[in-house]
Amino acid sequence: MKVIEKFFKKYEHLFLEGGKLEKYHPAYQAMYTFMFTPDETTQRGAHIRDAVDLKRVMFTVVLALIPATLFGMWNVGYQYFNQAGVDFTNWEAFVYGFWKVLPLIIVSYVVGLGIEFYFAILRGHEVNEGYLVTGLLIPLIMPVTIPLWILAISVAFAVVIGKEVFGGTGMNIVNPALTARAFAFFAYPTFMSGNEVWIPKPENADAYSGETILGALNQGKELAYTWWDMFVGTIPGSIGETSVIMILIGAVLLLYTRVASWRIMLSGVLGAALMALLFNMWGANELMRFPWWQHLLVGGLAFGIVFMATDPVTAAQTRVGKWIYGFMIGVFAILIRVFNPAYPEGVMLAILLMNVVAPTIDFYVVQSNIKRRMKRFNKQTA
Amino acid sequence: MAKKHKWIDLVKDPLNENNPITVQVLGICSALAITVKLMPAIVMALSVMVVLAFSNVIISLMRNYIPNRIRIIIQLLVVAALVILVDQILKAYAYDVSKQLSVFVGLIITNCIVMGRLEAFALGNKPWDSFLDGIGNGAGYGLVLIIVAFFRELLGSGTLFDKQVIPDSFYEMGYVNNAMMLLPAMALITLGIYIWVQRSMYPQLTEKD
Repeated sequence: MKVIEKFFKKYEHLFLEGGKLEKYHPAYQAMYTFMFTPDETTQRGAHIRDAVDLKRVMFTVVLALIPATLFGMWNVGYQYFNQAGVDFTNWEAFVYGFWKVLPLIIVSYVVGLGIEFYFAILRGHEVNEGYLVTGLLIPLIMPVTIPLWILAISVAFAVVIGKEVFGGTGMNIVNPALTARAFAFFAYPTFMSGNEVWIPKPENADAYSGETILGALNQGKELAYTWWDMFVGTIPGSIGETSVIMILIGAVLLLYTRVASWRIMLSGVLGAALMALLFNMWGANELMRFPWWQHLLVGGLAFGIVFMATDPVTAAQTRVGKWIYGFMIGVFAILIRVFNPAYPEGVMLAILLMNVVAPTIDFYVVQSNIKRRMKRFNKQTA
Repeated sequence: MAKKHKWIDLVKDPLNENNPITVQVLGICSALAITVKLMPAIVMALSVMVVLAFSNVIISLMRNYIPNRIRIIIQLLVVAALVILVDQILKAYAYDVSKQLSVFVGLIITNCIVMGRLEAFALGNKPWDSFLDGIGNGAGYGLVLIIVAFFRELLGSGTLFDKQVIPDSFYEMGYVNNAMMLLPAMALITLGIYIWVQRSMYPQLTEKD
C-alpha cells in the first residue's frame, strides 16, 4: 500500500496547478481516491459527516449484483453444455461461462470509464463513481452472444446521450444501463431477440433452441421448464436476469443497507401481480393464461424492479411518488409483455417510460401536498 | 425596418449563425421525417428553397398592399400555390422521389420556416433582399437536412444515394447496419448532436439562462 501511495505522491506535482499535466488532474484524482481516502478536508461551512458517500452506495449495489453475476456465468455454461449434450461438472460450466461473460464486463468498463474520464477532463470536474454500477449492469442485461463491438457502441451511446449530455452522474433523466439495452435492442434487433442469442451456439449442433420463456409463450408453444427452474434461474435469458433467488439475495442486501427503496420494489411487484391477475381472468392467449405468480419469475421483471427501477437518480423522489412510480412500472411491464408481440419483454420499456414520467409524478405529489396544507392552514386561521 | 442588408450576409447568415433549424428551431418535423435517405432530403431541401425564395419575393412585392388583419391568409395562399406547383413538377419529372416524399411536399405549406421568414423578413423588406433571404434560409435548412441524412443513410442502410458504400468485407466480418438510425427517434438525436457540435464550435450561439 505504501508503495502505491508513494507512487501517487511522487507524480502529484505534475497534476497540480502549473504542472505539466494540469489538464488531467481529474483523472489523477479519480485514480487516487479510488485507492485511498482523499486527504483534503473541507475548508468552511457546516457539513454532515457520514460514512455513506457516493462511493459506498455504488459499491453496495455492485456487491448486491455479484450473486446474480456469478450465477449468470454458471448458467451460461450450463445452458451451453446442455444444448451440446455433453457431460459436465458445475465447475466446468462456471469456467466456460466466466470466459464468455468476462470480455463483456471488461469492454463495458473500458469504454464507459474511458468516456467518463474524457468528459471529466474536458469539463474539469471529478470523475464520479456512477459508472461502477452501470458498467456491471449493462453486460448483465445483454444476451451472452452479443458481439463486443455492438456492446461497445451501446455503452458509448448510453454514457454520452443517456448521461453526459445532461451533465453526468446524478443529472440523467433515464437509466443509462437501460438506455444501452434499448439502443442495442432497436439498432440491432437480430442480436437482441429470437431463440438463438441467449446461448452460445454449440459447434456440434446444427439446430438448437434457446428460446426464452416469454418468447415461447408468445408463439403459443409448450413450456419445457417448471416454475422451480424459473425461480432458480436455469433458463435461457440475459446473463444476470434469470435467477430470482440470486436477485432476491441482492435485494435483501440493498434493502438492509437502505440503498434501494422498498416502496418501489413492493409496489412494482404488486402492480405486476395485479395486472397479471387481471389477464389471468381474461385468458385469451398463452401469455394471458400464464399464471400470475409465474409472470413475476420470468424475464427481466425481478432484475429490473430490484436494480433498475430503484436507481435513486431516475426514480420518483417523493414517498407517494415512489408508490405510484413502482406500481406503474409493474403494470406497464406486464401490459407490454402481453399486448405487444414485437416486444416479448416489457420491463425495459416500462422502466424507461416511468423514468421519463417520474418528475411529473413528483411535481403533482408536491402540489397536492401544498394544497392540502393550505386547506388545513386556512381552516385553522378561519 | 429599412435596414440596409449586405446581400452576402443574407445568404451566409442562415447557413450557420442564424440557421433556421438549429438556431431558430423551425421546420423540425420535416427534418425528422425525410432524412432517412440522402436523395429525398436533397429534393426536399431544393423544394423548400424554391418555395421560400419565390413566396418571399411575391409577398415582398405585395407587402404595401396587404391589409394587416388578413396577411396570414394571403401568405398561405401564395405558399400553397407555389407548393402545388412544386408538387406537380416533382410528380412529372421525379416520380420516384415524389413517391418517397409523399405527403411531406404538401406539408411544406405548414413548414414553419416558410411562414416564419414571410412574417419576419418579406413583410418588411425589398424583393431582392427577400429573395436572397429565401435562398439563404432554404440553403441553411438544406445543409442540416443533408448532413443528418448523410449519417442516417450511411449508418442506417450502409448506402449513399442508394449505392452501397460500406464494403462487403465489413459485413462478412460481422458489421451490421444500425436499424435505429432509420427510426425518427435517431433523427432527433442526430440533430441534437449536430446542435451540440455547432454550439461547441460557436459558443456565442449558446442561450444565456
